[in-house]
Amino acid sequence: MKIAVTATAADFDAPMDLRFGRAACFLVVDTETMSWSVVENTQNLNAAQGAGIQAGKTIVETGCTAIITGNCGPKAFRILTGAGIKIVTGAKGSARQAVEQYKAGELQESSEANVEGHWI
Amino acid sequence: MIITVASGKGGTGKTTVATNLAVAVGKGTTLLDCDVEEPNVHLFLEPKNLRKTPITTMIPVVDQDACIQCGACSELCHFSAITLVADELYLFPNMCHSCGGCVMVCPAGALTEGSRELGELEIGQWNDIELISGRLRVGEAMSPPLIERVKEAAEGRELVIVDAPPGTSCPVIAAMNGTHYVLLVTEPTPFGLNDLKLAVEAVRVLGMPFGIVINRADAGDDRVVRYAEEEGIEILMSIPYSRKVAEYYARGRLLVEAMPEMAEAFGGLVEKIRAAVERGTR
Repeated sequence: MKIAVTATAADFDAPMDLRFGRAACFLVVDTETMSWSVVENTQNLNAAQGAGIQAGKTIVETGCTAIITGNCGPKAFRILTGAGIKIVTGAKGSARQAVEQYKAGELQESSEANVEGHWI
Repeated sequence: MIITVASGKGGTGKTTVATNLAVAVGKGTTLLDCDVEEPNVHLFLEPKNLRKTPITTMIPVVDQDACIQCGACSELCHFSAITLVADELYLFPNMCHSCGGCVMVCPAGALTEGSRELGELEIGQWNDIELISGRLRVGEAMSPPLIERVKEAAEGRELVIVDAPPGTSCPVIAAMNGTHYVLLVTEPTPFGLNDLKLAVEAVRVLGMPFGIVINRADAGDDRVVRYAEEEGIEILMSIPYSRKVAEYYARGRLLVEAMPEMAEAFGGLVEKIRAAVERGTR
């Protein structure tokens, strides 16, 4: 199974990034082998608006089935759930630990956005 | 002639200056309240014969059956208001800046022009002064299109005074744009000076003639005066920091009606602006 996790650096042992739309980068992880690759989010870090929407689009295009992150707003939530991707929040520690917590069934899938959207 | 009353900092006295200036000139003046998120001109000049019109802005409407998922609209939109993700077109109306580009580029005719309510336009009268005001819908974030509609409603008038919102971002630029003179109201405090500098930078980018009104003069120090001297900016007027001014203001009364010296000062202000605009266009 391929899942994504927001990370503060392009390193599986870097701390998780609590931001979704403006996360430093995304790590795409194969949960069987724990092998990982980096998907950059540079363009969205400096976007005036719509970072969550575009990050959602990026994740959909990776073909991941779930995203582990800190916070997810309503617009990103709509894109992700629209594409059938599970949004998982509440993880702690490094990106690797977050994925391990997810595999161990310690994390819950969000049924709604957990933060307010940003307007403009 | 269109005069914009602006400031970097909020609460410096924009509305005080705009209302008193309008009343000092009197007949034939149109006063616009472009601070559409918190209009307050009506607290000083209570409008008669108030007419309200709902104001809308364009947003695209999607015909999902006609959409061929080409992504042309999604690629064009800088604001992600319309985004194609995995063959599904998502619309976020409150992100839309109403440029209409998506409707133009759609090759399948799947997008048409719809609308969304922004707020209300209010037109009324106070003695000989025409009052035009915008009131943004609660929860709405996009004020510039409404500000533009308020200004459109005053087209062709002889003398227009615009009460702008505070700050230096899009709503302020929308209020200032296309006007002939910007009056920057400030106060002699570090906060007033800091935000005045930001406002001066913004006005200089727009390339408009401008000058300063110091409100609550004598309340702080002389740094605003020194700054104006260094930058070669004209200080057109100072409003004293006095108990009398504060009392009239707190009662929602006009300084020009209660204090003869203020009537004279505001009358002189419009002449100074007229002279500056003529110098600028010569």
